[in-house]
Amino acid sequence: MKNFNGQVLFLDRSDINTDEIIPARYLTENSRDALRPYLLEDISLEGFNFKTDITGKSVIVTRANFGCGSSREHAPWALEVNGIHLVIAESFARIFRQNMFNCGLMAIELSREVLNGIFKDYAGTPTHVTAQIEDRKLIFQNQEKTDIVPFSIAHFDVELVRAGGWVNYADAHY
Amino acid sequence: MGKTVAEKIFDTHRVGAPLDDVHIIRLDAVFCHEITTPIAINDLIARGKDRVFDASKIKVVIDHVSPAKDSKTALQGKILRSWARRHNIQDFFDIGRNGICHALFPEKGFVRPGYTIIMGDSHTCTHGAFGAFAAGVGTTDLEVGILKGVCAFHYPHSIKIQITGQLPAGVYAKDVILSVIGRIGVDGATHKVIEFSGPVVEAMSMESRMTLCNMAVEAGATCGICYPDMTTVRYLWKHIQHEYSSPDQALAAFSVYLPDKDAVYDAILEHDVSGLEPQATFGFKPDQVKSAKELLGTPVDQVYIGSCTNGRLEDLRIAAGILKGRKISESIRGVVSPATSSIFRQAIEEGIIQTFMDAGFCVTNPTCGACLGMSNGVMAEGEVCASTTNRNFNGRMGKGAMVHLMSPATAAYTAIAGYITPSFHKP
Repeated sequence: MKNFNGQVLFLDRSDINTDEIIPARYLTENSRDALRPYLLEDISLEGFNFKTDITGKSVIVTRANFGCGSSREHAPWALEVNGIHLVIAESFARIFRQNMFNCGLMAIELSREVLNGIFKDYAGTPTHVTAQIEDRKLIFQNQEKTDIVPFSIAHFDVELVRAGGWVNYADAHY
Repeated sequence: MGKTVAEKIFDTHRVGAPLDDVHIIRLDAVFCHEITTPIAINDLIARGKDRVFDASKIKVVIDHVSPAKDSKTALQGKILRSWARRHNIQDFFDIGRNGICHALFPEKGFVRPGYTIIMGDSHTCTHGAFGAFAAGVGTTDLEVGILKGVCAFHYPHSIKIQITGQLPAGVYAKDVILSVIGRIGVDGATHKVIEFSGPVVEAMSMESRMTLCNMAVEAGATCGICYPDMTTVRYLWKHIQHEYSSPDQALAAFSVYLPDKDAVYDAILEHDVSGLEPQATFGFKPDQVKSAKELLGTPVDQVYIGSCTNGRLEDLRIAAGILKGRKISESIRGVVSPATSSIFRQAIEEGIIQTFMDAGFCVTNPTCGACLGMSNGVMAEGEVCASTTNRNFNGRMGKGAMVHLMSPATAAYTAIAGYITPSFHKP
């Protein structure tokens, strides 16, 4: 199982699409590692600099419908090769969400109300998240405070994460 | 309790008992192209599992960047080509015989009502126009599909959208789907299947139904589905005539995949198109839709007619009908890409290509190319494209460029004028 703890990158916008996460011009690469420098290169988000703001971050916290658009698994791969294994959002596009779990990564949904609180209390400060998957809890922490936030996740999705992805799981079962 | 189309298809394809909300379904076809498949192939090789579950159910095309534009895209083609040969995949379509997957595979008769289909391409939902469950997936789902012939999906909740009223002249399937997405939003159907029904859909050609279903994913839908009818049967007839004694018999067989009268939907929407005007997008999301006349006069640098949304013969005929005997504006770069080789050939025979060239269009070969900013018409920063494609995302057709989505008719009028110009009822 991968590591799901670390520093948070806040992306305060809904409908961030996979073209913004990794533009199509990099889909000609035949290795995942080659995607590393281009993560979020085309995102329209004021004040965000993809060259400096991703370094050291392991978790993304964002808004609704993250990963909409193209089916490209290059989007989760670009996250993974940058050390980001967990995305927390109000909701995800179906294919992106499935791609995350298929890679053994996690896409966790929290309610708008809870996310509003997290953005209000933590965005703009150095924030650390610890994901306790067995207990279905996320621990948010900055210098000021700590919050324990419960989440729900399907048993099947946890199985994919434990197996390290869908290929391993399917190979064992079908 | 009655069942929806997707529920009926899942019932006949389910493998084992559902795992909570997750259903593993058997696949009737796995479609592959050169952008998302090579990494799956390389991964299968690395795992020592370079096998395919059934070579006759795998259909392969090189379409996204065709011909290859550089060494990297040439390598993607090479990996796909040698894999198809190695596994004796008969239905492999290379340059000269190829076309955009979502136009080519229906044309080849690879889609049937009731089929389950996956592809590493989000616009796979297009094939639902035939009453199939067809879903875009990522490379890992594709990899498992190739190896095992199965895929996992959450329970297929459905929305029914009844398209009613009378479609005005000059208003097309593209305008209908843009107006639907504008109404329900880019995540209005996430995790759901959309059944498109009603008299307007029943009157549509298969080409128009494919345009409708193609953009279902722009509202987040897993698949867009139209009900199989005699239009479906006629489109497929040359591919299925050996399997059925008559079109009526084929229709009867396909009708098992019609929804029950008491099927349960998450929502049923009525969408009356009687007063609908030509639509166009603004901004960077496909749900940012307006009547094109509100954008009248917006300067445009390039007009692009093509793609899996609107590069079929019906689309080219409509645009050529408008362009006939006219010239596009001096300020416009016009690019048209027939979606498949046979559409291209037919367009030549009908004089459509001549019309485009006389009007001042550049005619390019079938490829996805410009739609995703890969080749054959990429835009420069600050430029504007009026496009018959399906995505207006920031940077989609070129970094820093703006895309306005619209119908082929509105695109043709725009090319002539040099700025966004809706196709009016009586041009």
